[in-house]
Amino acid sequence: MADIAVALQHVSKRFPGPAGETVTAVKDVSLQIQDGEFFALLGPSGCGKTTSLRMIAGFELPTEGEVYIHGRAMGKTPPYQRPVNTVFQSYALFPHMTIGENVAFGLQMKKVDKRETAQRVKQALEMVRLPGYEKRKPKQLSGGQQQRVALARALVNRPEVLLLDEPLGALDLKLRKEMQLELKKLQREVGITFVFVTHDQEEALTMSDRIAVMSQGVALQVGTANAIYEHPNCKFVADFIGDTNFLEGTIGEKEGDKVRVELLGGGSVWATAPQPLTRGAAISVTVRPEKMHIRADATAVNELSGRVANVVYIGTDTQYGVVLPGGQEMRVREQNSAADSRFLATEGDAVTIRFAPEAARVLTE
Amino acid sequence: MLQKLRENRPLQGTLLMLPTLLVMVFLLVIPLLMTVVTSFGQRDPDGNVIYAFTLENYWRLLGFTADGGWDSLYLNILLRSLTLAVQTTVLVILMAYPLAYFIARAASKYRTLLLFLVLVPMWTNFVIRIYAWVMILRSQGVLNSTLAMVAGLLHVPFQPLDMYPSQGAVLIGMVYEFLPFMILPIFTSLEKIEPSLYEASADLGANAWRTLLRVTIPLSMPGVVAGTILTFVPVIGTFVVSDILGGKQVILVGNLVQRQFLDARNPPFGSAASVILLVMTLALTLYYTRRFGLGEEIAAG
Repeated sequence: MADIAVALQHVSKRFPGPAGETVTAVKDVSLQIQDGEFFALLGPSGCGKTTSLRMIAGFELPTEGEVYIHGRAMGKTPPYQRPVNTVFQSYALFPHMTIGENVAFGLQMKKVDKRETAQRVKQALEMVRLPGYEKRKPKQLSGGQQQRVALARALVNRPEVLLLDEPLGALDLKLRKEMQLELKKLQREVGITFVFVTHDQEEALTMSDRIAVMSQGVALQVGTANAIYEHPNCKFVADFIGDTNFLEGTIGEKEGDKVRVELLGGGSVWATAPQPLTRGAAISVTVRPEKMHIRADATAVNELSGRVANVVYIGTDTQYGVVLPGGQEMRVREQNSAADSRFLATEGDAVTIRFAPEAARVLTE
Repeated sequence: MLQKLRENRPLQGTLLMLPTLLVMVFLLVIPLLMTVVTSFGQRDPDGNVIYAFTLENYWRLLGFTADGGWDSLYLNILLRSLTLAVQTTVLVILMAYPLAYFIARAASKYRTLLLFLVLVPMWTNFVIRIYAWVMILRSQGVLNSTLAMVAGLLHVPFQPLDMYPSQGAVLIGMVYEFLPFMILPIFTSLEKIEPSLYEASADLGANAWRTLLRVTIPLSMPGVVAGTILTFVPVIGTFVVSDILGGKQVILVGNLVQRQFLDARNPPFGSAASVILLVMTLALTLYYTRRFGLGEEIAAG
């Protein structure tokens, strides 16, 4: 277990709800987070990601299951005895203390001697690019600066695991993009395991080594950004991460890991299905818009004909909304690598959508 | 006319302040000035004020008698008022803080009820509440008869405790009276503290005790300071509580002022005592707020 930083084993958390009912925030979640990994808990609000993080920090105790940190069962260990530190969504800087006092707080609690404390506070502030800010008060700093102080205050303790609860949520878009890269860089430098909670799928894809996608208290899929994007294991994950199209149908003939899917709206397509399937089963097929083409020169096995309902120019790409004969709209993205790619079709044109069987994936859930 | 008022912001401000301003000028500023002027005056044998400048009233309060001797009577009164006010304030803080903390951390649906309970005693008249303490503390009062009954059951000899009238009784009455004035401001400042700050403190390795010392108490200081002013200032000037619970034994500055105006018919001397009380209170309050701060920056956090 030495190389596993954090493990959740069959962890559930139930709260008493406002009307006396029981609310299950986390349902039988098991996760293993590697040492030195940048791990994201991703999901919509109320999916249990923050509760999971708070159970690692010790602010909540699991109703069932166990949390391990570097192999040690945490049981009812209070937060102040756990080898982890947290960066809070609201930063939670102590308003009555200076930046220096805020960053030194954890070291003082551990009774680190004064000279070493001062030295480490200085280094921590340099690390987050706020050198010489010791004497200021949190109120005098901008949101982005406060965020970096919160980071320094946690990292100065050299925790075994750093927990981050939507740390970039309160920043504006441009600053958030900057901080994403900065956080990633910082994590590589310090080599500490980061566990990161976010509802922003783009943020999770940008920063994380691995992602756990959560919904309604369940960890649906855990994997690298690439694995989750390319091989989602259910409709929720496919839909939540990035943009996608779904085609509903039933399983027809099989050939290796490829199956022929008879579409409900008529016609059929070939899709990839790694899982065992029974003929005639109702399933969905997911195809990412950028893997569908309407160029005349695109060659592929699958062809669907439709009519262009709308054209949206978004700079790098042009997105075509194509309505199939059954009435369903597919989103097709063509990259604007050539200046004229936005003129492939205009509203009302009849077009043929082409895509490879590898781009289409069968989902049973 | 109305249009003009709409555009004229300073005029709006003046009109909004006007009623209070009038009350303050006629009922506070002018009487206060009259008191200061009177304190430098003299009285004729019939008790009328003669406006001829003298410092005699102040000298007498500070202990110098007219015949060149020394009498610490009035200084003792000042000192007793000060001691009692400090004792009351400290006891009230010690009792109010845990209660305010408890209320602030109670589930929000109970909080209103608990605050309401704190205020319930205020529905009864102030003087009646203080007289109730006479009933409890006097030699044949509720407390003594209860103790006597317990002693009787245990077959222990019992001598009724001599609690009323006394300075201790005055202290009890004042602590009782001013507790809500401390609980409310401390509660308010505790309630403003973001719960994530407690979590941050625990996360950084502080146990409950250190969180209390390093986070909770410093952040609730504005409430303690406000409550102290609300308690200390009225207590140091009180005369009703000491009159009722102290009998003739416990004379405070408030009683001195009252007696000089009503019984001794010596308004200049009473005024001088008032002015000294005022100056003392102002100086202490100013020092206290400078020392501990009203903490506007903390409240904002």
